[in-house]
Amino acid sequence: MSNLRQKMFFILLLVLVFAIIDMPESIPIRFKLGNIKIEKNIVRPKIELGKFKRDLSLRMGLDIQGGSRLVYSADVSNLEESKRNLVLESTRKIVEQRVNYFGITESSVRTSVTKDEFRILVELPGIKRADEAISLIGRTAQLEFREFKNASESSGIVPSLQNTTSTGVTGRDMEAFAVSFNSLDGSPSISFETTAEGKEKFASLTKRLVGKPLVAFLDDQVISIATVQSEIVGNGQITGKFTLKEARNLANLFNAGALPISLRIIEQKNIGAALGKESIGRSMRAGLIGLGVVVLFMILYYGRWGLVASSALLIYGLTTLAVYKLLPVTLTLPGIAGFILSVGMAVDSNILIFERMKEELRSGKPLGIAMELGFGRAWNSIKDANVATLIATFVLFNPFNWQFLNSSGLVRGFALTLFLGILISLFSGIFVTRTLLRSFLKG
Amino acid sequence: MINFVKYRVIYLIISLAVIVPGIISLFRHGLEPAIDFTGGTEVEYQMNSVSPEQIKSAVSQKFSQVDVEQTSGQSYLIRLPALNEVEKSDFEQIIKSLDGEASELRFETLGPILGKELLRKTFLGLILATVLILAYIAMAFRSLKFGVCATLATIHDTVVVLGAFSIFGQKYGVRVDSLFVTALLTVLSFSVHDTIVVFDRIRELAKIFKNDTSENLINKAVNETMIRSLNNSLTIIFMLVALILMGGESIRWFVIALLIGTVSGTYSSPFVATPLLLLWEKLLGPKK
Repeated sequence: MSNLRQKMFFILLLVLVFAIIDMPESIPIRFKLGNIKIEKNIVRPKIELGKFKRDLSLRMGLDIQGGSRLVYSADVSNLEESKRNLVLESTRKIVEQRVNYFGITESSVRTSVTKDEFRILVELPGIKRADEAISLIGRTAQLEFREFKNASESSGIVPSLQNTTSTGVTGRDMEAFAVSFNSLDGSPSISFETTAEGKEKFASLTKRLVGKPLVAFLDDQVISIATVQSEIVGNGQITGKFTLKEARNLANLFNAGALPISLRIIEQKNIGAALGKESIGRSMRAGLIGLGVVVLFMILYYGRWGLVASSALLIYGLTTLAVYKLLPVTLTLPGIAGFILSVGMAVDSNILIFERMKEELRSGKPLGIAMELGFGRAWNSIKDANVATLIATFVLFNPFNWQFLNSSGLVRGFALTLFLGILISLFSGIFVTRTLLRSFLKG
Repeated sequence: MINFVKYRVIYLIISLAVIVPGIISLFRHGLEPAIDFTGGTEVEYQMNSVSPEQIKSAVSQKFSQVDVEQTSGQSYLIRLPALNEVEKSDFEQIIKSLDGEASELRFETLGPILGKELLRKTFLGLILATVLILAYIAMAFRSLKFGVCATLATIHDTVVVLGAFSIFGQKYGVRVDSLFVTALLTVLSFSVHDTIVVFDRIRELAKIFKNDTSENLINKAVNETMIRSLNNSLTIIFMLVALILMGGESIRWFVIALLIGTVSGTYSSPFVATPLLLLWEKLLGPKK
């Protein structure tokens, strides 16, 4: 049957691709063949398809790689209720920008809002001492406008805190930043309104500085150098070489800067990588041994079918690891537990099918027909049982960030791996086992 | 064919024998909450040539409610109320005075507010997942009774795990953390998973043997799914036992929770969910 052949070919192709994705970064090959000495490293390729770039290394979460989790409580008591969420999101962006300035990759900065608690959660993997990060992130955001000390010599000079002086105008004097477009060339700029108190201050400053540069600093970093084009009364705009996205980001950042929120650290978690590594190493070994026992049991109990199921299980393992690397999934300790549990569910699909096949065989049907019937009958219960588990993983993962549900990384990692595990187990348990069994019967 | 249905009273007694002590313990002592829920500081240090008692007496001179535990060869887990940054450096000084080369493995501070929040969110998550699963089963089986009985069996398993950990908390000082919550939700989904397979068989048999009694149908279904149920649970139990015996310390109690849940989940499908189904039909009639 050519259809069957195509499927087998497809499975083999997948196994090959996944095996390449799964291999370690490089495998050294050194051996001697008579006088020929071979010394080579097989290096794992990287994937680059447009925006889809993967170096195919397995990402380790905070608990495995080690790192810190910082939770800040934002003081929103001075803000109108309607603005609180908006301001918190802008604050999150500032924090994220700071973390990026800090040079930490793979960090996550999220907001967490409950009825009366506004928080920012910062997770930094691979950082042993969070104290430096705490002081950096915990600072209040400050937007400040500065002018060159010597305006006539300002052209071509990079503005810095040293060669500029404060104008006395800060983000506090402005509000309602938004993206606007230049009427002449359509380039994006940032519009703002001055506050009641800032109106006079800003008007006199900009009147004085027409045709001269005004530099915007955010947390002592230059955000924009703009030449004042006219006296600004009530509202105005900041021009610069922004892309639309940049302008939007800056408007967000300025809005946050314009509204002072103080952040107070309320939780700090340091996770030493050593502990995670030891624990993950042991758990990995234990998982492999457990898997070995499962394979042994399947082969002892179901004979040749068990062998087929074990091959399907191997393909299941290869697929899962490849999916982890491709998505990518950041692997955490509970995530590994979720994976191990999903192995059990993958085996369950096979057991359900085999038991059904046995029943059909007992009622006197030939093997080929018993097999097809077994798959058909088992499908109903496999479907319903797995959908129920998928519902549970959905609630655990909380994909829409519903505030009333848990969004902790631990629980999420577990839910994600269990979710992927079930999907992949459906693929391996139904498609792979079935194809292998069919080929097995023909051959 | 074994007449499983006949021994309903025995299953009830077994279930009660497991659940009642757990419930009593839950009411009397509750669960020992980890710092996830209470708020506080947990520090783990690797230190040489000190005893837990030495650490405790040294730290206790400055801090109250200190609890020290030797987790493995040279690592010590120290629990104490939440520390601010100043107190933390005080604390570190005390440790360094005991062993200059002590290295920090873990430092965790959790505010108590987070505890309440996490508990509430998790409780909501449990309810939501249960309701959704009940609705799904009721829909898939076109009958409310399947959804309700599967859910009751699930609650049975959840209570077994909760009760067990209440007793463990009393006996071994085991604390429940967010991982435990994850385990509970897994037990919930496993239990439903297992029960659905039995229910699916009842549904299938009901179509074939239209005139048979519920009792006979259920008994047939339990018999036919027993091997599968045991084999499936065995494979999961193999994995979990391997993890308990050889896996990392940090997930041990989590895995034990899963193991208890798996055993209870396997038991509850034929011996709690299906007797409940029969009871439902006797009380409310088979059509509901």
